[in-house]
Amino acid sequence: MVTDTIPRAASTEGGHANFGRLLTAEWTKLRTVRSTVWSFAILIVAVIGFTALFTFLTVQQWSQMNAGDQAQARLDPVPQILGSGLFLGQLAICVLGVLVASSEYTTGMIRSTLLASPHRLRMLAAKCVVFAVPVLIVGEVLSFASYGIGKSILSSKLHTSLSDPHVTRAVIGEGLYLAVLGLFALAIGQLIRHTAGAITTVIALVLVLVPLAGLLPGSIGKHVSAYLPTNAGQQIMQIYPKDQIVSAWQGFGIFGLWTAVLLAVAAWLLVKRDA
Amino acid sequence: MIEVNDLVKRYGETIAVDHLSFTVEPGRITGFLGPNGAGKSTTMRLILGLDRPSSGTALIDGKPYRALPDPLRYVGALLEARAVHPGRTAFNHLLYLAQTQGVPKARISEVLDLVGLSEVAKKRTKGFSLGMGQRLGIAAALLGNPRLLILDEPVNGLDPEGIVWIRNLMKQLAAEGRTVFVSSHLMNEMAVTADHVVVIGRGRLIADTAMDEFIARYAENMVLVRSPQADKLSEALRGLGAVVASQEDGALLVNKTEAAAIGELAAANGIVLHELSPQRGSLEEAFMELTKADVQFHSPDAIAQATNAQAAPASASATQGGGA
Repeated sequence: MVTDTIPRAASTEGGHANFGRLLTAEWTKLRTVRSTVWSFAILIVAVIGFTALFTFLTVQQWSQMNAGDQAQARLDPVPQILGSGLFLGQLAICVLGVLVASSEYTTGMIRSTLLASPHRLRMLAAKCVVFAVPVLIVGEVLSFASYGIGKSILSSKLHTSLSDPHVTRAVIGEGLYLAVLGLFALAIGQLIRHTAGAITTVIALVLVLVPLAGLLPGSIGKHVSAYLPTNAGQQIMQIYPKDQIVSAWQGFGIFGLWTAVLLAVAAWLLVKRDA
Repeated sequence: MIEVNDLVKRYGETIAVDHLSFTVEPGRITGFLGPNGAGKSTTMRLILGLDRPSSGTALIDGKPYRALPDPLRYVGALLEARAVHPGRTAFNHLLYLAQTQGVPKARISEVLDLVGLSEVAKKRTKGFSLGMGQRLGIAAALLGNPRLLILDEPVNGLDPEGIVWIRNLMKQLAAEGRTVFVSSHLMNEMAVTADHVVVIGRGRLIADTAMDEFIARYAENMVLVRSPQADKLSEALRGLGAVVASQEDGALLVNKTEAAAIGELAAANGIVLHELSPQRGSLEEAFMELTKADVQFHSPDAIAQATNAQAAPASASATQGGGA
């Protein structure tokens, strides 16, 4: 039974719930739901599996490819290797990013969370750190692993090496891209608060917006799509930026800016709105 | 101590909490009563900093909730709506809460034991019954060994054994000097639990008084009397200023006179009594009477009655004809 003496005053040690504790708590939240395990499993299988499958098919079909495609593949093999796995794998991160924020609302857990940490911005900051860091680590490991696998499968047809110009940047870039994408999805989950709506929005922004912008006439479409979040972000995985409108790091910076703005709006609304 | 001062919460046009002021003192159970939709939960959410007041303040020992360092060590709260991820185990739910406050892990097992959930600690809360969910919420509230408890409808979903358990727990917590603020829409539940009562309706304060006083003021105290000389007795009682109503079975229902006075009166007049039993008036009825004007959601019956009552002068004969 509750026989403990009543605390005379609120404990003074540490003052306000310190950030380290919030990080620990957010980590507990992240690792104790199945959606996290599933999302990472799907990410790993998709990235490794599709990289292997598509590079294998490329080798099989090599003789039927036209000279132009062969030349393009030799010139810039990194997107050839990473592209297919990333295209599907990124969806797992989008879903998990949304869930990390929106499930607080759909389950009502946000009330427990905010009672424990009424400083809402700190809570959101801890959530961002705790989600982005594992995604970055897993993303980098996957990126280097899938590059290695793809490289060895393609070795009979083309040569690529981490020591070639910009290749290391492109491979590191995939992990960075996934981490920022995770935060991008988290921000939208936090803004919309409903899982289904937020996932639909993220998928639309990631997959639908770019081809849609491509329908714009002439160079307008090119310029617009260069500044769209994920298209800009994926520049970092290109050895030679395709449309030359933004450089690899500029593009990644644009993606980062989109994400920062969304997070800022989400944070402002989190403080402003009733929980 | 909780101090609510001129608190207002508006949602667009509707006003959920309407210039509400009251205080909740430590060392006793303060019941927070009102019909559904009266604004009890909203008031509690405002006190807990989950919602922002439109104006006014709600302070806990002089500070807003957000300014409390390690708030779970200071205030334990059980909210009406579920606040748990169904895919997480009971233990892990309490673990992350404990981690935010620097509460040691050992405390988790303690509160799980206390609420009787130790055996299902490693089970995901998806399969929990309403009562188990409620117990987990209470465990979370007690986690930080808080000096102040805010419980929104804690008996919801509990079985009779659970209701007695939570009642005793609240009494014990108050006896230890803690502040216990508990809401309910059931008057009878509060009558046996609370020492003090704050009643609201449509977001406005209706009563803020000691429970005993509330019962004395609002519940009519009746005495049931049986006597072979009923006529003689009722005459004598009326002479004393009592209000007497004859029952169909010959018993008398006496209002505005104590049982002792009736006994003495009977003895003085040589009247034989077969039964003399005080009847506790229905508190629930007193509560409904008190909040009638402020009930937000009437049942269809109540609405029909209200409409009939208004329409009575015009269609009195028709209604009576139909009623007979």
